[in-house]
Amino acid sequence: MSAKRQFRIWRGDETGGDLQDYMVEVNEGEVVLDVIHRLQATDAPDLACRWNCKAGKCGSCSMEINGKPRLGCMTRMSTFGDEETVTVTPLRTFPVIRDLVTDVSFNYEKARETPAFAPPADVAPGDYRMQQVDVERSQEFRKCIECFLCQNVCHVIRDHEENKQAFSGPRYFIRAAELDMHPLDARTDRKEYAQAEQGLGFCNITKCCTEVCPEHIKITDNGIIPMKERVVDRRYDPLVWLGSKIFRRGETPQTSVTTARQGSASLPGTSRGGVHSHAGGSHDPQAEAQAQSGVNWHREVPHPTAPAVDDRGRLPLTELTFDRAAAPSPFGDDVTFPMPPEHLNFAHPDQDDKH
Amino acid sequence: MTTTTRIERHHYDVVVIGAGGAGLRAAIEARLAGKKTAIISKSLFGKAHTVMAEGGAAAAMGNVNSRDNWQVHFRDTMRGGKFLNNFRMAELHAKESPQRIWELETYGALFDRTKDGKISQRNFGGHEYPRLAHVGDRTGLELIRTLQQKIVSLQQEDKREFGSYDARIRVFSETTITELLLDGDRVAGAFGYYRESGEFILFEAPSVVLATGGVGRSYKVTSNSWEYTGDGHALALRAGATLINMEFLQFHPTGMVWPPSVKGILVTESVRGDGGVLKNSEGKRFMFDYVPDVFRKQYAETEEEADRWYTDPDNNRRPPELLPRDEVARAINSEVKAGRGSPAGGVFLDIASRRSAEEIRRRLPSMYHQFKELADVDITAEPMEVGPTCHYVMGGVEVDPDSGAAFGHVRGLFAAGEVSGGMHGSNRLGGNSLSDLLVFGKRAGGHAASYADGLTARPKVAVDAVEAAVETALAPLQRDTGESPYTLQQDLQVVMGDLVGIIRREGELADALVRLAELRERVAKVSAAGGRRYNPGWHLALDLRNMLVVSECTAKAALERQESRGGHTREDYPAMEPKWRQVNLVCSLDGDSVRLTRKPLPKMRPELISLFDRAELAKYLTDEELADFDASVADAGEADNR
Repeated sequence: MSAKRQFRIWRGDETGGDLQDYMVEVNEGEVVLDVIHRLQATDAPDLACRWNCKAGKCGSCSMEINGKPRLGCMTRMSTFGDEETVTVTPLRTFPVIRDLVTDVSFNYEKARETPAFAPPADVAPGDYRMQQVDVERSQEFRKCIECFLCQNVCHVIRDHEENKQAFSGPRYFIRAAELDMHPLDARTDRKEYAQAEQGLGFCNITKCCTEVCPEHIKITDNGIIPMKERVVDRRYDPLVWLGSKIFRRGETPQTSVTTARQGSASLPGTSRGGVHSHAGGSHDPQAEAQAQSGVNWHREVPHPTAPAVDDRGRLPLTELTFDRAAAPSPFGDDVTFPMPPEHLNFAHPDQDDKH
Repeated sequence: MTTTTRIERHHYDVVVIGAGGAGLRAAIEARLAGKKTAIISKSLFGKAHTVMAEGGAAAAMGNVNSRDNWQVHFRDTMRGGKFLNNFRMAELHAKESPQRIWELETYGALFDRTKDGKISQRNFGGHEYPRLAHVGDRTGLELIRTLQQKIVSLQQEDKREFGSYDARIRVFSETTITELLLDGDRVAGAFGYYRESGEFILFEAPSVVLATGGVGRSYKVTSNSWEYTGDGHALALRAGATLINMEFLQFHPTGMVWPPSVKGILVTESVRGDGGVLKNSEGKRFMFDYVPDVFRKQYAETEEEADRWYTDPDNNRRPPELLPRDEVARAINSEVKAGRGSPAGGVFLDIASRRSAEEIRRRLPSMYHQFKELADVDITAEPMEVGPTCHYVMGGVEVDPDSGAAFGHVRGLFAAGEVSGGMHGSNRLGGNSLSDLLVFGKRAGGHAASYADGLTARPKVAVDAVEAAVETALAPLQRDTGESPYTLQQDLQVVMGDLVGIIRREGELADALVRLAELRERVAKVSAAGGRRYNPGWHLALDLRNMLVVSECTAKAALERQESRGGHTREDYPAMEPKWRQVNLVCSLDGDSVRLTRKPLPKMRPELISLFDRAELAKYLTDEELADFDASVADAGEADNR
């Protein structure tokens, strides 16, 4: 039972590229990666795409399918309508190398910066004793297959190259959490480290990372929030705060940080609506394709950034406590007008191939 | 000359090719020995095929059953390999596995625990006691991640000491080695390309450790990833090393053959244990026709009796679906070859019509979810299409058991993990591969480091060898008249799958060799479209040459070995032959062609062979060997009496 289906695949490299149309045979029970393999064997032998295990265990075939970050091997063709065009694009947060392959070295750099497991000094190999219930918390995070979909979807860096230096991303927050919860790890400053060096404060708990995780790790609820909670506890204790002001040298200054309290995560609505949006992430494939073929794949699309929320997870409503007169800009605080034209998310219909 | 001067050059003490469990463990050891070490990974760092291992890592720690010890593990391993194992490797493996596992905990690994807080161990086929350290069903992932993170921690130490993460250990990800370079009979370096840019890279190093894994991509149905193209096997051959036991491949009788999204993925035997039956395209439950005489008494003769067994195993005989793996595979193979196969070339494994959906979901939760999620196949609603799938190669580089140094006429070459041969004999026990990686990865890395230490002068890379390597690598891109590498790979997979598969016959093997020779001509003229940057067609074109030479080794050795043993089943020689147990088939390269020679197995030391019952040994040993054994036992007895 095979049928011809329309695929639109982004082809190109760091100098640019566009979506190309392919009509390709699709059989019952296939996944997107099978179709890409068929394309390689037929129409596009040099179509670049990473893959390894083809069973959802290695995290290599990360891509954006109809705008959604997915693993190619775990996206069944049966989830699309019979006439639906399937659009496949590379991960957007990382620089394109070729076609669907992106340069994910950012993640490996962050991995190298995260302090490793510190073995307990006085326990010999073979004498480690831990209870199952104590290892399970860390084991959840060790399920991570490093597909980097959480990194890709995280709005702090998705369209904010400038945040990449100070922000390690959800993958490395759960690495810190995993070590923090490791029963025998000798380091005691994992949370402080996450806050001071990994940019944990940038995270405003939109839970996009949890949503895309193919291993269903509860990144936000079980990893990030517990790390934030206790960091917050310590930072808001007046004595600890005073002590840190006296004894510790300045921490990295944090921009647009919303140190949301634990409560905000469960407040309905705060995780969506206006906090951020993914440019081009409309659900109209046509519009999306246009946006993607628009100007420049790597363009910086400014996002509205919500101002910091208060202890109760609410926006400051009175000018007395706010840092400026009048209401916050509906375009986000970090956008100044007029915007430079290359930042506009707009492709002129008559000048399609001008770039 | 102009091309070679512009090639990026690196100098290392030890170059490890392969970044799976064995490669990473070897690199850690070389770096701990103070050597400047490079790790070459064909994929991204941490994606190696080791992540696929589910069951666990076998190590006789005795945490669950205190009677377990290395002797029992050794015995199980030799039994599993039908006594063809290199006994010294099996011995070292059994002795050292526990330390290697405990060591992982100091790197941060979190295994599942027993009640008293030790590492939990689970039962697995062929192991006498619960022995597999595990983390749910993702032990391989835990292992690779732990080793990856240990390497990062070593890099952090180096950063503190030397100011650079890469000072003493560096990972070259998405880099493929196409050629080993020699200075006389010494390894001088390795040549390859960055997959991302297509640019060439040259490593000058006196020690090279091969840890490239297996060869499964030469088969139509395989559970292996694209990387498993036998690179290390072929590199070793071309460098003058030898391969042993190449006829032994582990097939699982029931891998999915359809839909393509799950092709090759194993369907656990417990599907059959829980009531699943095998049917051909005519709907016939065919296994009843394939019960060999030796098993006749233990297996049911009618469907009614077989079906009663599931609920009343004491008073009924087992259903024939539960015959040993090779019998089931042989039956499936015969049905397919007789034209009674399923549309995709397998047979039907039906549990849907025999158990309620609820019961299937309860008894086989991971099977149900795996197929539901990956392929939208509902095993509670429809039969599965299954056939033999290629899983693991027991054969590989012939190595010195203690050091992992390759035999043949090359020095400075080491091998560990699936690419090395001997450890598993003719068949590998589940769980032994993960511990194999650790034990022999460490050994190979350590000995590679001390070999580099012992050299007075560094071997030199010859310029013309580099030029030749560049030419070979670029050739497929410069031709536009040849065939597509994808077509050639498919054709190779058909030849190997159909003719050198799980059940083998003389005529088919001879035919396979003829076809492989034809393929060799075609592969020599392969052309790849596109440029050098991340071009999978080009990469495959270069891998094909390795797949081909390794396939030839397998076919030749399979034709030569006239018996059935472990992972090698000859329909025309169905019995295990004690004479053949004394023989290893050794492949080497003579110019371009594969040469096969016979070599006697090393003789097991008396204190090891005496771990076995005489009755058991009688199944494997020749009469002369048994007489020897009796004499040595008598000697020992006398010595005790004196």
